[in-house]
Amino acid sequence: MKHILKLNVNGEDHEVLTDIHKTLLEVLREDLGLTGTKKGCDLGTCGACTVLIEGKPYLSCLTLAVAVQEKRILTIEGLAKDGDLHPLQKAFAEKGAIQCGFCTPGMILIAKAFLDEHPSPSEGEVKKAVAGNLCRCTGYAKIVEAILSVTEKI
Amino acid sequence: MSLFNVIGKREPMLDALEKATGRAKFTDDLTFPGMLFGKILRSPHPHAKILHVDLSKALKVKGVHGAICGRDIPKKKYGIVPMAKDEYALAIDKVRYIGDEVAAVVATSIEVAEEAISKIHVDYEVLPAVFDPLEAMKPGAPVIHDEVPNNVSAKIRKEFGDVEKAFFESDEIFEDDFETQPVNHAPLEPHAAIGLADHSGKVILYSSTQIPFFLRRNLATALDIPESRVRIIKPKVGGGFGQKIDLYAKDFCAAFFALKTKKPVKFVYEREEIFTSTRQRHPFKIHLKTGMKRDGTIHVQQFKAIADGGAYNSTAPLMITLACYFIMLPYRIENLLFEGCHVYTNKPVGGAMRGHGIPQVRFAVEAQLDLIAEKMGIDPFELRLKNAFHAGEPHPAKLLVQSCGFSDTLIKAAEAIGWKEKRGKLPFGRGIGLAGASFPSGVSNMSHISSGAVVKIERDASITLLTGAADIGQGAETVISQIVAEEMGVPLEDIRITAADTEITPLDPGTFGSGVTLRAGNAAKMAAQSAKEKLLEAVAEKLEVEIHQLEVKDRRIYVKDQPEKGMSFSEAIKVYQYSDRPMPIIGRGSYMPPAKEPTTLLKEDGNFSPAYSFMTQAAEVEVDTTTGKVKVLKMVAAHDCGRAINPMLVEGQLDGSVVGGMGQALYEDVLIEKGQVINPSFLDYGLPTAMEIPSITSIEVETDDPEGPFGAKESGEGTQLAPAPAIINAIYDAIGVRFKSLPVTPEKVLEALQEKKGKTY
Ligand code: FES
Ligand code: FES
Repeated sequence: MKHILKLNVNGEDHEVLTDIHKTLLEVLREDLGLTGTKKGCDLGTCGACTVLIEGKPYLSCLTLAVAVQEKRILTIEGLAKDGDLHPLQKAFAEKGAIQCGFCTPGMILIAKAFLDEHPSPSEGEVKKAVAGNLCRCTGYAKIVEAILSVTEKI
Repeated sequence: MSLFNVIGKREPMLDALEKATGRAKFTDDLTFPGMLFGKILRSPHPHAKILHVDLSKALKVKGVHGAICGRDIPKKKYGIVPMAKDEYALAIDKVRYIGDEVAAVVATSIEVAEEAISKIHVDYEVLPAVFDPLEAMKPGAPVIHDEVPNNVSAKIRKEFGDVEKAFFESDEIFEDDFETQPVNHAPLEPHAAIGLADHSGKVILYSSTQIPFFLRRNLATALDIPESRVRIIKPKVGGGFGQKIDLYAKDFCAAFFALKTKKPVKFVYEREEIFTSTRQRHPFKIHLKTGMKRDGTIHVQQFKAIADGGAYNSTAPLMITLACYFIMLPYRIENLLFEGCHVYTNKPVGGAMRGHGIPQVRFAVEAQLDLIAEKMGIDPFELRLKNAFHAGEPHPAKLLVQSCGFSDTLIKAAEAIGWKEKRGKLPFGRGIGLAGASFPSGVSNMSHISSGAVVKIERDASITLLTGAADIGQGAETVISQIVAEEMGVPLEDIRITAADTEITPLDPGTFGSGVTLRAGNAAKMAAQSAKEKLLEAVAEKLEVEIHQLEVKDRRIYVKDQPEKGMSFSEAIKVYQYSDRPMPIIGRGSYMPPAKEPTTLLKEDGNFSPAYSFMTQAAEVEVDTTTGKVKVLKMVAAHDCGRAINPMLVEGQLDGSVVGGMGQALYEDVLIEKGQVINPSFLDYGLPTAMEIPSITSIEVETDDPEGPFGAKESGEGTQLAPAPAIINAIYDAIGVRFKSLPVTPEKVLEALQEKKGKTY
């Protein structure tokens, strides 16, 4: 059975006619074409699908789309404001924190949510904040460096 | 001041912002109108005959567009190594491991495909299975492939010097057994493929592959159609580490169904399938016997290495060859015998993984060297330094090592970890250790391992570069563009690159064996040179000078020592056109690593690679003696990668390798019981997270390799060889326990500490 879901994604309202059992990850990728949110496991174990809902990080593969109607959902596509990249996006690129880039959208969003709450964290706190987001390429070193580099700038 | 303008710069990857904004497209991000979705039915048995597959109920499910099994596909075996083809895309007569592909379905949605899969009925006759390679080698063991009655599908025996005599001459002899575990590559991007077909019978396959041209060849073989009917396009690839070298059922099925249904067809693997049914690092059992001279010279080494290959060959002959060749460096060993084999078992399949057969044997060598050092009363660092190989030295197996910074990496790594102050001097529970290694930068002497490139100078003075090199996240496109920018005397932003589409870009073997920078980099450099020369001819004529008097820099072409006499790149293009020379200006390059004194791999001595990289890793660890947990506090990676084209990307390779190596040493293990993977998820597998990472110091020991483009060598794989033994050696320094099997889990540590305690009391 299909239903109309009302979703607010990246500041835009959408009405999506879709299956009620779909996860937010599926609706974002399949119905809204927002493929920046990645599916690394579909089981809540890798963090690649992280999005922000009302500013808080959620694993979109474990979140039913129907449950987050009328809430403000932010995906990686909505992070740059009017074409201006978020400082984290710039820092990730410039510091070499992106290799294959598959973990990147989730990493950047989890980092944003964390920095919004903790503007000047220690290195240990940053590591802990991103510990649920896996990366096989970078060894995390440059990711942590990139996140720490923007703590003053936000 | 640096000699170079673009080489050696910490340039961000060209596609970093695409990836940071979510715009970068990976295979699963692509959709096409009317696309169908596929699913694969896998074997629940480790070894069974397929008596009958009944697809009829699956075909009746509404929304299903096709269902196939082994009997429907061409009876064409494929394999990544031509001499070791042993696989069908879907099992034809029998299944050989739990997860082997039996049938496939395509439907209008993934849910429908899943439902249809559950309706396929398969009659199996279960066969006895074998899970241990030593058991599999015994007479009377179940035969997994009829053509290989003893289950040993690849073998190497290599000897130089006089091993028997050398052991006789040795002052001390050491013998130890080592064992390593299966490790999954675990790229974050799940394997995916999308097939599209036209009415002429041609298929386009988008695939998460690291080896597009080999995939084209393998896919054409498996589909039994000419290569010209297959086009492979590589979108962004989310990491590979060797796992995306092979052709998989998802590639075959996407192409097969696309041809059959004339609709776009997508297959994406689930994480569980990646753990059970792609590839993994081969578990090894290694017996190592080393004869030493009293003065600390490694006089002779003898290896018996058994690789547990699982159900199919994948890269088997190459893997076992690499394991053999890279114990011949970085130390000078005059007498050596290596006997290695790859054995079939009814388990998940071994394949190329970062280091490809070498990390396993390297672990054995480096762990034993520390043991030897202790027994002989020699400092482990001094022992390695004494036996270190040097550039230009004659190699007993005739490897040609033209640049070698191994000793330097040893010295610098030891210094950075605080060897003198700390080794043997830290409190109980803390320790340091180190290990060395060497790796090839691609393979010499094989024409199918050649790279091509095309460089075009456009009318607006921008440069277009076509290369077949496959960027899978390591930054190959950026590095190759930097090489072209340097050669052309323009900034990096002037280069536009198109990569890895078998119909558009020139041939390239792809990303494996760490040959990309050297191979594709040299091809691109040649192409740039040739395009540049055409332009310079016109400029030289105009300025009335000889070509060799001209210099190209900062988008200008001018007479050396007279920078004012010259013109901008765009003016040069006008000059070129007004001199009635033909447009477009195109340069081409084809590069094959030189075949100077080549080896025939399995038989003759000779050279293996155009260049060798060298590295030392040093670790500092802390062992919690109550929980048994090992924490790596610090890793030093000193690496001779020739000249670093992009130091930031080299560091990234080092960091990733170090953490992967740490995973292999301490956490990662594909647990298999009776052929069944029991931890096929990130939750249970043990991939390192940000919490476990040590502080990493990377030290680049620059050498200028004569064969590498601008002196560059590899940096991606060699770095994963030595972290595990460095950590294991540090654990010994910390708690006085030598581990000979990986990974060193808290349980093993506690058990060993208990045992040790028992001994002391
Ligand atoms: S895809 Fe959601 S956590 Fe992995
Ligand atoms: S950059 Fe590849 S997984 Fe993080």
